Amino acid sequence: MSQTAAATVQAPADTTRPEPGVGAYNLKLGMWVFLLSEVMFFTALIGTYIILRFAHPEQFAAPGEVLNVPLTAINTFILICSSVTMVKAFAAIEKDDQKGLQLWLVATILLGSTFVGVQVYEYIHLFADGFVPNAEAYAAAGGPIYSSTFYLMTGFHGLHVSIGVGCLIWVLIQAMRGRYSSQHLGGVEVMGLYWHFVDLVWIVLFTIVYLI
Amino acid sequence: MQNGEETHPPYMFIWGVLAFLMFAKVGVSLLDMPQWMSITFLVLISLVSALLVALYYMHLRFEPRKLWLLAAVPFPLVAILILLVMQDFG
Repeated sequence: MSQTAAATVQAPADTTRPEPGVGAYNLKLGMWVFLLSEVMFFTALIGTYIILRFAHPEQFAAPGEVLNVPLTAINTFILICSSVTMVKAFAAIEKDDQKGLQLWLVATILLGSTFVGVQVYEYIHLFADGFVPNAEAYAAAGGPIYSSTFYLMTGFHGLHVSIGVGCLIWVLIQAMRGRYSSQHLGGVEVMGLYWHFVDLVWIVLFTIVYLI
Repeated sequence: MQNGEETHPPYMFIWGVLAFLMFAKVGVSLLDMPQWMSITFLVLISLVSALLVALYYMHLRFEPRKLWLLAAVPFPLVAILILLVMQDFG
């Protein structure tokens, strides 16, 4: 093997180099394709909710009568804050600021965990009030369709946030091992894309489920 | 975002706008106005918020146009799913 070829093999590869075609590196392109499939997934859930609400309005109570809107508004604000901490983590590693990356990732993990915690707290109180997925007997909560669609949508979103927190912990561990730099920030950017998407979905869900 | 790009989007300003829009939505839902008007405002505010997240936090604004096209792929399908199926209740 020539010296030039050996040097090429040993040089660290820039994993964020845009590929020909769409113009994004493969990891990012893959995440975008995955997120587009997620758009269809959540659209199916939201579409089902809208159609059922139009078809069976008698089974749906006004959201404020059953759900804790002020608490969830604060929880939405927490998720929006977690988006800005995530993007700050990305901005830090773009400048090779390892300490900043780790601090902002910890902040994002804490805010994401708080969001899930508040959602669990809300579920516990709703269950205690009789608003369970088959809440047929609980007249004030509307019918079973309302409670079932509510738990289906918010539950799947909460699952996405929980998985996101798990992945963020993994990214933080990698960051503490010094795996990222301004030339190797694909993992942080792709994690950010997922996290912001989860935030974006909640902005829509909060409006449809809690405010309309 | 493309490597080597020096300028950053105004992340904190976008955060402020998103927070304002979120509390504005809660305010609109509490106002005494016709339901169609309330729903229109809420949907519009949500779309603007979602667009801000996609453009600035997901950096779509700074991505190649081909990625924009890719990101737009599901939306005709979303329109079919929501609008055409709702014709049953028109």
